[in-house]
Amino acid sequence: MFEVLSNAELAAGVHRLVVSAPRVAKARKAGQFVIVRKEDGAERIPLTIADADARAGTITLIVQAVGASTRAIVATPPGGHLRDVVGPLGEPTRLEKWGKVACIGGGVGTAVLFPLAKALAEAGNEVYVAIGAATADLVILADELSAFAEEVYLATEDGSGGRKGLVTAILADMLAGKLPRPDAVFAVGPVGMMEAVAGMTRPDKIPTIVSLNPIMIDGTGMCGGCRVRIGGERKFACVDGPEFDGHLVDFAGLKQRLAMYRPQERRSDEQCRLDASAGPAAKERGE
Amino acid sequence: MTPPTHSNKLTAKQRMAIERAKMPERDAAERSRSFEEVNLGLDEAAAVREAQRCLQCKNRKCVEGCPVRVDIPEFLAKAAEGDFAAAAEILKRDNYLPGICGRVCPQEIQCELECVRGAKGEAVAIGHLERFVADWSSRQADADQPQPPRSGFKVGIVGSGPGGLTAAGELARIGHEVVVFEALHAPGGVLRYGIPEFRLPKAILDQEVARLEKLGVRIECDVVVGKTITLDEIRREFDACFIANGAGLPVFLDVDGEDFNGVYSANEFLTRVNLMGAYLDRPDGTPIIRGRNVVVVGGGNTAMDGVRTARRLGAERAMIYYRRTEAEMPARNEEIEHAKEEGIEFHLLAAPLEILGTDDGWVRAIRMQKMALGEPDDSGRRRPVPIPGSEETVECDVVVVAVGVRANPLLTAAAPELKLNKWGYIEADETGQTSLPGVFAGGDIVRGGATVILAMGDGKRAAAAIDRYLREGG
Repeated sequence: MFEVLSNAELAAGVHRLVVSAPRVAKARKAGQFVIVRKEDGAERIPLTIADADARAGTITLIVQAVGASTRAIVATPPGGHLRDVVGPLGEPTRLEKWGKVACIGGGVGTAVLFPLAKALAEAGNEVYVAIGAATADLVILADELSAFAEEVYLATEDGSGGRKGLVTAILADMLAGKLPRPDAVFAVGPVGMMEAVAGMTRPDKIPTIVSLNPIMIDGTGMCGGCRVRIGGERKFACVDGPEFDGHLVDFAGLKQRLAMYRPQERRSDEQCRLDASAGPAAKERGE
Repeated sequence: MTPPTHSNKLTAKQRMAIERAKMPERDAAERSRSFEEVNLGLDEAAAVREAQRCLQCKNRKCVEGCPVRVDIPEFLAKAAEGDFAAAAEILKRDNYLPGICGRVCPQEIQCELECVRGAKGEAVAIGHLERFVADWSSRQADADQPQPPRSGFKVGIVGSGPGGLTAAGELARIGHEVVVFEALHAPGGVLRYGIPEFRLPKAILDQEVARLEKLGVRIECDVVVGKTITLDEIRREFDACFIANGAGLPVFLDVDGEDFNGVYSANEFLTRVNLMGAYLDRPDGTPIIRGRNVVVVGGGNTAMDGVRTARRLGAERAMIYYRRTEAEMPARNEEIEHAKEEGIEFHLLAAPLEILGTDDGWVRAIRMQKMALGEPDDSGRRRPVPIPGSEETVECDVVVVAVGVRANPLLTAAAPELKLNKWGYIEADETGQTSLPGVFAGGDIVRGGATVILAMGDGKRAAAAIDRYLREGG
């Protein structure tokens, strides 16, 4: 059992939980994740470790409540417990001194981006952040990112905050030199967004790292469910990733595999009397 | 001629006259749609009669056939007298998980293969009796086991599968403090995620785990050694360590189309069902694709578990495709027989060439190549060779790949000083001793994909070696 020490809502349905997990806190490096189960019988949900305090023995998780499993997690009050928190899993972010780094976050992917951006800044990079969201109230972590980023740019689809449109428009300005031109790009968000980013940086061969979140169970390489093609080679996102060279990722294959349980998710959604247009687990993966 | 019940004073002739007990089973049609256990267990009278079949040989060949050296004639003698408590005590002396072994051991190639009664008829049903005695014992109110005097030594065990649990029991009962680290959220390893409910009910596993915990063994779940903590940290905190984390990396076929939706590794397919309970269809639980036509590639116990699981999930056609013949299948005889009774199709001498998919990425068929048996290969089994021009296309909506496992590098990658062989398995001698002092290893991470009982044998031998190492001051 892992105690939840604090729980704050950052945006509608997006919570920041500080959880007591001393071993994970001590071992964790930026880019790694944990798998969380709220209670017996619940699904195993992979969640990026947004931050950690080794001395306090705590980790920070940012969780968007979209499916039943994540709703149960964010509903845990301070003093309540998560049944299982296992990690840190996956390979840490490869930290290099690139110079100027663009960190592009889409939706709740910004929560995954946050620890990478922070670690990149600490490694001596100039970090330029671009956050995209549907509306202004879904933008998360802008202030926290401003603490170490040179700039935080915003794009919302409805124009309620920052520039109206997609976050890739900001990247386009960066690549065109209208904004600081990056030496490397980190992108985390919906698969379509990461694919678009990789497509934009490919012509100039700007190193581009994306963080993938395919369907996963054990997180230790045992099941192979999270397999993705990277440069034609089979990789397991849980142990070889979650970060990969965006120019080598088979995004079409990733999208196809992410759709594997959509019929079941839809059924489960209907049983929950929720919006049946997209599955909860699909949304948990930031699609 | 009816031998007296509850007595073991029988002549050899009387013993020889008793026919081998048949394990009562759930009806094949019923069970092919249910996850309830297939074997129902012998009743008391049948167990006594079966135990009376044992000739109590002086030359105990059955014991030699047992990887953990259970005193088989002795426990059978007590069972033949109806003294099941004494039988259980003898059994548990050498086997910490008898309820599990009685269900999943391949007795026909171990103890029962050596049984002299097998030479002229049928071997004593040692496995069925092991199961009976274990189950009988678990129904009794547990006598409070005297806690052994503490040795003052601490042993860390990596993995709570059959090897780890066995070592834990052996070490705890001689007074060592034992902590077992498990990566998943529940203990048991392959007994939890791999072997299905219909073959090994989780309640049995839970009982055996509870028994170990009562003995003082502490099991810490959600600890991935190599990630959450390292082998180095375990070595600093503990006086000795046993690594039994399994092989745990699926092997794929490396044919085109393997990433189509509906293609599973056996590990994933079975984990979804067994560990995560996907078959229960909880609205918010882990999902699984229930195929109508399911092809399982492979011929081992995992393949049988996969295909029988697919059948229970509702498959109209649940098919085994194996590239050799039934004689070469590594699966237990009982699993093969049970599978056939449940309507599983066996397609032998066929190997996959390619998986075909629909435009939207779902598996729709698998192309197979007919094979013929050629010369024996390194494993001593005859090598399958393709018959040119013999391809066939099999329609299916789920494919399960059950062709073996490889060494999972998670632990060893974080312990570079530990010597591995060229396949990434840990090098260990017959006692489990690795290249590092105080570090022992056993089970699949040493052997490659093997069996529950071999892992248990490794756990037992390593526990003895660890005890020696600790007491002799390493």
